[in-house]
Amino acid sequence: MTKVKSLADLKKMKEELQAKIEVREKGEVSENLVQIKVAMATCGIAAGAKPIMEFLIDELDKRGINAVVTQTGCMGYCYAEPTIEVKLPGKDPVIFGYVDKKKADEIIEKYIKNGELVDGIIPTNYETIDNK
Amino acid sequence: MHILVCGGTGCRASSSDAIVEKFKSELAANNLENDVQVIMTGCFGFCEKGPIVKVLPDNTFYTQVKPEDAAEIVKEHVIKGRKVNRLLYLDPAKKEHVSDSKHMGFYRKQIRIALRNCGFINPENIDEYIARDGYQAIGKVLTEFDPQQTIDIIKKSGLRGRGGGGFPTGLKWEIASKNKADQKYVVCNADEGDPGAFMDRSVLEGDPHSVLEAMSICGYCIGASKGLIYIRAEYPLAIKRLKVAIAQAREYGLLGNDIMGTGFSFDVELRYGAGAFVCGEETALIHSMEGLRGEPTNKPPFPAESGYMGKPTNVNNVETFANVCPIILKGADWYSSIGTEKSKGTKVFALAGKINNVGLIEVPMGITLREVIFEIGGGIKNGKKFKAVQTGGPSGGCLTEKHLDIPIDFDNLIAAGSMMGSGGMIVMDEDDCMVSVAKFYLDFTVEESCGKCAPCRIGNKRLYELLDKITKGEGTMDDLDRLRNLSKVIKDTALCGLGQTSPNPVLSTLDNFYDEYLAHVQDKKCPAGKCKALMKYVIDPEACVGCTACARNCPVNAISGERKKPHSINTAICIKCGACIEKCKFDAISIK
Ligand SMILES: Cc1cc2nc3c(=O)[nH]c(=O)nc-3n(C[C@H](O)[C@H](O)[C@H](O)COP(=O)(O)O)c2cc1C
Ligand code: SF4
Ligand code: SF4
Repeated sequence: MTKVKSLADLKKMKEELQAKIEVREKGEVSENLVQIKVAMATCGIAAGAKPIMEFLIDELDKRGINAVVTQTGCMGYCYAEPTIEVKLPGKDPVIFGYVDKKKADEIIEKYIKNGELVDGIIPTNYETIDNK
Repeated sequence: MHILVCGGTGCRASSSDAIVEKFKSELAANNLENDVQVIMTGCFGFCEKGPIVKVLPDNTFYTQVKPEDAAEIVKEHVIKGRKVNRLLYLDPAKKEHVSDSKHMGFYRKQIRIALRNCGFINPENIDEYIARDGYQAIGKVLTEFDPQQTIDIIKKSGLRGRGGGGFPTGLKWEIASKNKADQKYVVCNADEGDPGAFMDRSVLEGDPHSVLEAMSICGYCIGASKGLIYIRAEYPLAIKRLKVAIAQAREYGLLGNDIMGTGFSFDVELRYGAGAFVCGEETALIHSMEGLRGEPTNKPPFPAESGYMGKPTNVNNVETFANVCPIILKGADWYSSIGTEKSKGTKVFALAGKINNVGLIEVPMGITLREVIFEIGGGIKNGKKFKAVQTGGPSGGCLTEKHLDIPIDFDNLIAAGSMMGSGGMIVMDEDDCMVSVAKFYLDFTVEESCGKCAPCRIGNKRLYELLDKITKGEGTMDDLDRLRNLSKVIKDTALCGLGQTSPNPVLSTLDNFYDEYLAHVQDKKCPAGKCKALMKYVIDPEACVGCTACARNCPVNAISGERKKPHSINTAICIKCGACIEKCKFDAISIK
């Protein structure tokens, strides 16, 4: 791995990494790359987020859906763990709460495959500093 | 098109199921059931104006919707594309209808600064942190500012310590920077011992690099090349993520020697705590890291003069550090534009207790408790009545209805008899007994007192015994005076912050819920029905049909009576287990 040798280096790296992520977000890398984040802080894991993450990875693969599943920290909705965020190409991310295997299956079949929303969406309730 | 109906507990209680059904049938009647989907969602966090219905894609937000409104929304909005004005949210300030949720005040109530990356990035991948401006702040500081200029930015931002004390962070750094020594240390306090608190854990689990980067900035400012994170061993996931983050940062040369070719070197190591509450106190923490007993010592000397290994040491809390990088990148003026006059920025709270949306929130200083509890928190569970909110953990106090509208900041909470603490917020409802709450915290402090000084070691134990006596119905009016006096003595004479604040839960409940203490002492009653010793199970002879179900299930045979005749409970034998209440199908048994 390369070392970051200067601030200019770091800035270049940031541009590249950000571009990579933006491409992913705009769905330009592949028309149907679905991005899923699983909240995997202690609260999420205690509520069973790990098996859900594995289930999602396995099932998306089995069902031939081009998706990346990553872990992330606490989204703040501890009352509704496990929570996952699903981002379909070109769309705003949607957060689902209380995701068990049945719900995960429903999310794959209905939302990811057909864009149909399913029960259990959690409305985002905060602003980040990016849009300030 | 989608119609989202809030299915949070609050809205559900007020008919959201019926609303969903009604929408479905109205849509079917208009042959639209395939074009418009009706979805039940989680809580929108606006229960006061529930039930809430949101229509997508135009983001229209309807409040206080009744099942019979469904027909109109379908006919007007769905079919004709005209919003139903009378159901739109009425902005209380402007007296205008607001249709778009993005423009509604409560949607802007949370701002994530310390939690900016939590839930966004993969914490185990440094690239994602870098893509979101990671390590730009240390880069900027190293190339553009000298240490004093950096300290001045932090001072100007108004950032105050989030570990409980609220000491100005920039000033703390300045003091440490002025003390001369061959070696200095930056310590991150990740001990987080308050019951129910998980703010720091969440930051470390969700965004470990933000803390590492801020520690290196602090190192640059005070002239330290070594950072230590004191973290409790009970946080295995946070420890794992920190280890991964440290390894990745070292690999990229963002920790270690000659960072970004500037000649500045800084590295971070972990130190594990065994989870004693007192080890969160900075002098005890330092002793614990040195391998000594985790006991506080008198200040001065402050850690900034003589800390870890006798060297100048700057101790800051996890969340304090998490605020540093955005301040450097966005500027002190940006940061100080958020918050109140003397408390700038945001605060992360862990909402817990009898509240619908238990979770982690980050709100600007100056927000009211009412907004936090009833809007963001979604109100009290099961439609019960709000009674109190405990802030500041074992050092804090209970605030009540009358405090709901004061702006939350360091100074206001102290003036109200509580404190900010590290950010635990435990909400209580009408079923909570405030004497028992005080007893719960005292039990905690008795357990956690290090025992070094007498007022805390012995005094808290006596406080606990007095409270225990009161909850058993054996308290006297003298005991209430004793509680107050002893509390004051402990506060004035204990050595460290633990003992100096431990009587706060007692004093604040005495101040705000004196009636409840009186009820326990004079009437031998617990108004909330929590204190077992004061409860009496009685059978209402009018309602009892003599089915014998209770008598058969009582484990100590305290219930007697003839079949088909009213039964009765012998209170001398009754152990108050509640088995009979569960069995009675006629609601004939109650607790008096
Ligand atoms: C009994 C006791 C427990 C404490 N526990 C913590 C803790 O868990 N985490 C923390 O950051 N500060 C804790 N503090 C406060 C620290 O002593 C210290 O003030 C703080 O870490 C300084 O950081 P700050 O200025 O960033 O808030 C505790 C203080 C006392 C008296
Ligand atoms: S106040 Fe309590 S915790 Fe603090 S030094 Fe004294 S005995 Fe120990
Ligand atoms: S269970 Fe209820 S109705 Fe039956 S005997 Fe007991 S109190 Fe009476």
